[in-house]
Amino acid sequence: MKYYKPATFEEAIALVAGAEGVTRILAGGTDVLVQMRSDIITPDTLIDIKAIPGTHEITRTEDGGWRLGIAVTGAEMSEHPELGRDWPGVVEAMDLIGSTQVQGRATPVGNLCNGSPAADSVPAMIAAGAVVTVTGPEGSREIAVDEIPVGPGKTSLAKGEIITALTLPPRGAQGGDAYLRFIPRTEMDIAVVGCAVNLRLNGDVITEARMVLGAVAPTAVVVHAAADALVGRTLDEDALSALSDLAEASCNPIDDKRGTIKFRTHTAGVLARRAAKIAYSRAKGAKA
Amino acid sequence: MSKTHVTTKVNGDEVEFLCDPRETLLDVLRDRLHLTGAKEGCGTGDCGACSVTVDGRLVCSCLILGVEAEGKEIGTVEGIAEGETLHPLQQKFIEYAALQCGICTPGILVATKALLEKNPDPSESEVRYWLAGNLCRCTGYDKIIRAVMDTAAEMREAS
Amino acid sequence: MALDSSKTTGFKYVGTRPNRPDGLDKVTGRAKFGADAYAPGMLHAAIKRSPHAHARIVKIDTSKALAMEGVKAVVTRADFATGLEGEFGDILENVMAGEKALYDGHAVAAVAATSALIARDAIKAIEVEYEILPHVTDVDAAMQAGAPVIRADAADASVPEGLHPNVVRYYESGHGDVEAGFAEADLVVEDHFLTEATHQGYIEPHACLGTLGSDGKGELWCCTQGHWYVQKVCAACLGLETSQLRVTASEIGGGFGGKTTVFIEPVALALSRKANRPVKLVMTRSEVFRASGPTSSTSMDVKIGMKKDGTITAAQGTFRLQGGAFPGAPCEMTAMCAFAPYDLKHVHQVGYDVMSNRPKQAAYRAPGSPMAAFAVESVIDELCGQLGLDPIDTRLKNASREGTRASFGPTWPRIGLVETLEAVKAHPHYAAPLKKGQGRGISCGFWFNHGGETAVSLALSEDGSAQVAVGTPDIGGSRASMALMAAEVLGIPYEDIRVTIADTATLGYNEISHGSRVTYASGLATIKAAESAVQKLCARAAAKWGIPEDAVYWEDGYAKPSGPNAGDFEPLHIDEITATMGATGGPICGHFEATPEGAGVSFAAHIVDAEVDPETGKTSVVRYTVVQDAGKAIHPTYVEGQFQGGAAQGIGWALNEEYIYGADGRLQNAGFLDYRIPVASDLPMIDTVIVEVPNPGHPFGVRGVGETSICPPLAAIANAVSNAVGVRMRQLPMRPSRVLEALESAADG
Repeated sequence: MKYYKPATFEEAIALVAGAEGVTRILAGGTDVLVQMRSDIITPDTLIDIKAIPGTHEITRTEDGGWRLGIAVTGAEMSEHPELGRDWPGVVEAMDLIGSTQVQGRATPVGNLCNGSPAADSVPAMIAAGAVVTVTGPEGSREIAVDEIPVGPGKTSLAKGEIITALTLPPRGAQGGDAYLRFIPRTEMDIAVVGCAVNLRLNGDVITEARMVLGAVAPTAVVVHAAADALVGRTLDEDALSALSDLAEASCNPIDDKRGTIKFRTHTAGVLARRAAKIAYSRAKGAKA
Repeated sequence: MSKTHVTTKVNGDEVEFLCDPRETLLDVLRDRLHLTGAKEGCGTGDCGACSVTVDGRLVCSCLILGVEAEGKEIGTVEGIAEGETLHPLQQKFIEYAALQCGICTPGILVATKALLEKNPDPSESEVRYWLAGNLCRCTGYDKIIRAVMDTAAEMREAS
Repeated sequence: MALDSSKTTGFKYVGTRPNRPDGLDKVTGRAKFGADAYAPGMLHAAIKRSPHAHARIVKIDTSKALAMEGVKAVVTRADFATGLEGEFGDILENVMAGEKALYDGHAVAAVAATSALIARDAIKAIEVEYEILPHVTDVDAAMQAGAPVIRADAADASVPEGLHPNVVRYYESGHGDVEAGFAEADLVVEDHFLTEATHQGYIEPHACLGTLGSDGKGELWCCTQGHWYVQKVCAACLGLETSQLRVTASEIGGGFGGKTTVFIEPVALALSRKANRPVKLVMTRSEVFRASGPTSSTSMDVKIGMKKDGTITAAQGTFRLQGGAFPGAPCEMTAMCAFAPYDLKHVHQVGYDVMSNRPKQAAYRAPGSPMAAFAVESVIDELCGQLGLDPIDTRLKNASREGTRASFGPTWPRIGLVETLEAVKAHPHYAAPLKKGQGRGISCGFWFNHGGETAVSLALSEDGSAQVAVGTPDIGGSRASMALMAAEVLGIPYEDIRVTIADTATLGYNEISHGSRVTYASGLATIKAAESAVQKLCARAAAKWGIPEDAVYWEDGYAKPSGPNAGDFEPLHIDEITATMGATGGPICGHFEATPEGAGVSFAAHIVDAEVDPETGKTSVVRYTVVQDAGKAIHPTYVEGQFQGGAAQGIGWALNEEYIYGADGRLQNAGFLDYRIPVASDLPMIDTVIVEVPNPGHPFGVRGVGETSICPPLAAIANAVSNAVGVRMRQLPMRPSRVLEALESAADG
């Protein structure tokens, strides 16, 4: 295995484009190193992007959103004084991944590129409308986060392309997001089901709604009908019931060691209600 | 065989080593620097027995490559005591019998030291969640949590 | 004089809570565990393992691995002894497969190379051709007609005719007439219970460093609960004379029974012999799960009859234990422990040891007992619920006590079950109110405890301090207990005693640290060794004073004349005697070698409050109290630690831990990510009550404490969850999906 630590994205892209065999980008490494240790993959080329300037920074964009460097860790997101006020759901989703130790290394972009259907930060980022900058030999383009995963362990990135930044949109007024996952223990498990909800209100009335489920299909599931069910009404019992039913109907899970189809489907409905309530109260001004 | 030359600081001492890029920081600490305080309980970031700090940040040394240590400052359990004087956490762990077999102890000490530096007054729940990535199979955590809470209280009084 | 320091009260050191002698080593990273040893010229080894649950090994081609730069030796079964039978034959077959791979993870070859990375790469280059055979991993399926036969002719003479060849041992005991007893009952409950295999889950993977020469002499360093046993097994597997192999036990990073046997040590030695260099071999976590010993999974039927007043009229149990691809599942222990807490007129229990294509089960903390308690104590809880009886009063009414004929035959000596149950009844936890969604469960548990071959040596230094060599690895602070007991006898401060775990060349045979035997047996031996040293100290004083030896007695570290008739002499302190011992007869040492038979059985009872999320079926343990008879707590803090640790392991077993096999017979969760042991945030504080009903078989009254603490939790938690959700939980683990199904069935029902 060859290890490179490029100083610029140009250099990194040239390395990725020119490498043969299996190439992996190393940011936090909390997935890549596990896969190496377990002999699931042994990269021929490993490109450590953490020496590239700006990859560790969290900065406010001109329009009031947030730009995260691709080596920004979960711990850095949690410790940031303002990010969590705007996007508590995204921050808490990232914070749920692994231990304190893993938080010191793991990155949302790594979580995305690993392609796990159960990645916690991904539903939250999609619900928030997050966008990544993808850069290749031909230049850069902005892509919505939900277009990156295409299947378990697979992304839509072309050879030679890497993600170079993550952008969260401006929070704006009366918005709130939340992420919940179900695990058997209190910590350290992979999500059996994950659910992110992002709402905007006008008074008590919902004006925008997005719900995204994790671990219930080969990729995160955007429940488009959630907006139809919620927009124009308050989060009353009928709305919650509708949302819960929609969540269950949107599941296409598998039976595996972490959960059954039946349990995942049922629990998606439970989490949808719970996450929506939290997002709603945050949109109404409750602190995360 | 192509090895990489790495210069780093471990517990304040500058060290140099050659390593294969596939070797983890844990492999390097143990097999090349013979600092065997950090333990490999799983190799996959699930048990925390290999906990160290890198530039002050708590991490699993099994989830960092040795080559990534270049230019960093590493802190291990061997650097917690100052000379003959044990860190208050070390003292309390002995007094409270917060260990039985002791294999998880180095990782838990590194982790709790990092916690108390960040949060000198943690709640029981905060200590438990902070340590969720440090598995202990002997104690049921009871005496560990008590030792950490008491150390924190004593350190607050002393400061 | 005949010295006897037996006592159950009036202790000066015993029962205090000093810092453990090895505390500093353990908190500074200095303590050397299995993987912490290095030797000049050392090679690193790795093991090639079968990916198949059951397969004939057609061919192993090691040529590509051997050709790799840095590879120094490859071994297969051909490099080990031949003709071994019985226990050692099974261990060797498990250490390195012969004709067949018997489970996913079974070792088939191994490599030693100049680095761990090269060794890992080299095992991938070993080519193994398999002929895949049908497999079975479920205990009930393995007993069915037509199930694949794991190994023909493995059954012993105990097995009745007509059973599947996978049933390899059979146990049956009891007394009275259970049918007559059931006829007397007002209510009979019969139920079927299942538990999945769990792993001991020690955080330290198996590790060793071995050196073996062509002269048949070897050195082995390893993490083990018993290095004399390792010595014996390795010698057999490699065709050595036992005494030519010296084994040193490292500090041990947890065992819980899982390090009472041998998995990798003969492989390291075989590689070392072939490469003529020291070889280090460390299991990965995945290997620990796939190829070291988990517990048995079980399938159990229990039937109990009870009168309206709570009197148990009869009890019957059938316990089927899946033990992996070798005989040895503790079916008789399960059956014997099942009804041990109760005074029963009519009782009958049956155990089956069943083989399957899983790793060879190994002991796990009171092997077999927790599962039995789960089934039996669940049925008792159900009976109490249906008859409206208090669960503690009912257990007290039927409790075994001194003079009771035990369910498996013997008559109980002095035991502490009644005192334990009374302590539960008096505990504030038992009467505390429960919140909505919560349930309370209680359960009894029983374990035999054990004595076993034991040798201890004690030597006094010129300054009057003492060094004690024991042969039982210190798994959880036993050095402190040994030092306390030696201090009590010698009358010198605890700090003046250094306890060392001796290697196999230094003491006679010591049985493994198992059966909760260390504080009992090594403790007894330490007391006796100290007494023999005291006797010699008294003799030196007598000689100095010119009086008979029996006119001198020992008190608080001093030799004293026994009375005015003996003469008027200033008491001699130990250091005054040892300072001149070279000139007064030579070194003063004490030793003791025996097989103590007086281990006292122990009982525990646990109280658990569980809260269940009715929407997801997720259980949280919100309050936990352990009450257990320790006989005498030598170091109460470490006794509490054993109580808490057993409870925590039981919580994991009850709620989330399990071996998950796919249809292909492969283990799907060979890591701490999906083999879910409790993490710190999962557990509450675990309260403890130490009951002390002295064991007459130990000078200070010690009973073993380590294992009994894991016997009640499975049942106590199952009872708590069952009471919270209103449905009897009959299968472990009670993972959320299973509890949710129970809730749904209750809603439908």
